[in-house]
Amino acid sequence: MRVVILGCGRVGARLALALDAEGHEVSIIDRNPDAFRRFLTEDFKGQAIVGVGIDEDVLRRAGLDGADVFVAATNLDNVNAMAGQIAQHIFHVPKVIARMYDPFRDELYKAVGLTTVCPTTVGARRIKEMLDARWRQAEAGG
Amino acid sequence: MYVIVAGGGKVGYYLARSLLGEEHEVLIIERDRRRADAIAEDLGSVVLRGDACEVSTLSEAGASRADVVVAVTGDDEDNLVICQLAKKKFNAGRVVARINNPKNRRIFNLLGVDVAVSSTELILTQIQQQLPGHALVQLVKLRARDLELVEATLGPNSPLVGRTVAGAGLPAHSSLLLLLRDGEPVVPTPQTTLAAGDEVVALARTESERALRELLAG
Repeated sequence: MRVVILGCGRVGARLALALDAEGHEVSIIDRNPDAFRRFLTEDFKGQAIVGVGIDEDVLRRAGLDGADVFVAATNLDNVNAMAGQIAQHIFHVPKVIARMYDPFRDELYKAVGLTTVCPTTVGARRIKEMLDARWRQAEAGG
Repeated sequence: MYVIVAGGGKVGYYLARSLLGEEHEVLIIERDRRRADAIAEDLGSVVLRGDACEVSTLSEAGASRADVVVAVTGDDEDNLVICQLAKKKFNAGRVVARINNPKNRRIFNLLGVDVAVSSTELILTQIQQQLPGHALVQLVKLRARDLELVEATLGPNSPLVGRTVAGAGLPAHSSLLLLLRDGEPVVPTPQTTLAAGDEVVALARTESERALRELLAG
């Protein structure tokens, strides 16, 4: 599969390395070239592209035309929302995933057809589950 | 009208000031405390300090009763999200965005922003109008069906000089609306004869612009 990832932070880079290791064709975009040095390892065989992710030309250079998946994982919700919708409406990428820290924006962009991941709700829910389990144990133990 | 202006930079400030002058109800949303205080000192209590990309800020601003929400921050992605939140979450009447990069016009239009204003394009057009020569200048791009209002001065070598409007052989989907001859406006009829030096205002389909340009400039 051809995958384009926007944002070479911890999440973007980790995903890029994992998909690259599985033999997928991966491009990763970041506006800061230092990000590649910092988070990618030397065995990464994909393409690293410096540029702004809300620019159609940068996305085209990263091979978004004909890509199977686009992942927007910068630390800015609005950049992810806009880049995700460019991928969806201009490049017609079949699967677009965007990270949203803000649960309200997560809800909005889910409603307009992006697949979203919200670390805020996922993290809070997971911690709550752990606490619930602990309390249930305490109750059971008397 | 109730107008929410997101972004209290130069554009937002002057827009709010002029709307207030026309007796509209205006609220500016500005993130930066110092900037917000400075505007409030100047225009009165018409400033809400906060991030207009947050649902809670738009809710506090009363976005659901806004007739117009205008997003004029310096970041296109923020302007887009503000417009989409205002429209989809609050059903604001009309959403208008400033775009800083003209390339973003297409995606803004695709995503339901009612009006996208590119300051870069406006400045370019203004400058072009001041340049000498006979280039066709785009005055206004109309939203409906790729129509443009353009202006040109007839060059001495233009094939149109000496011909009537009816006999001019204008490209399809274009028409002459107004002539400025020696500074005087003339509404052209099919019998009007065109002369070198006439300033012509024409309506054209985007696709006919090039043919029209060649004809007018000569």
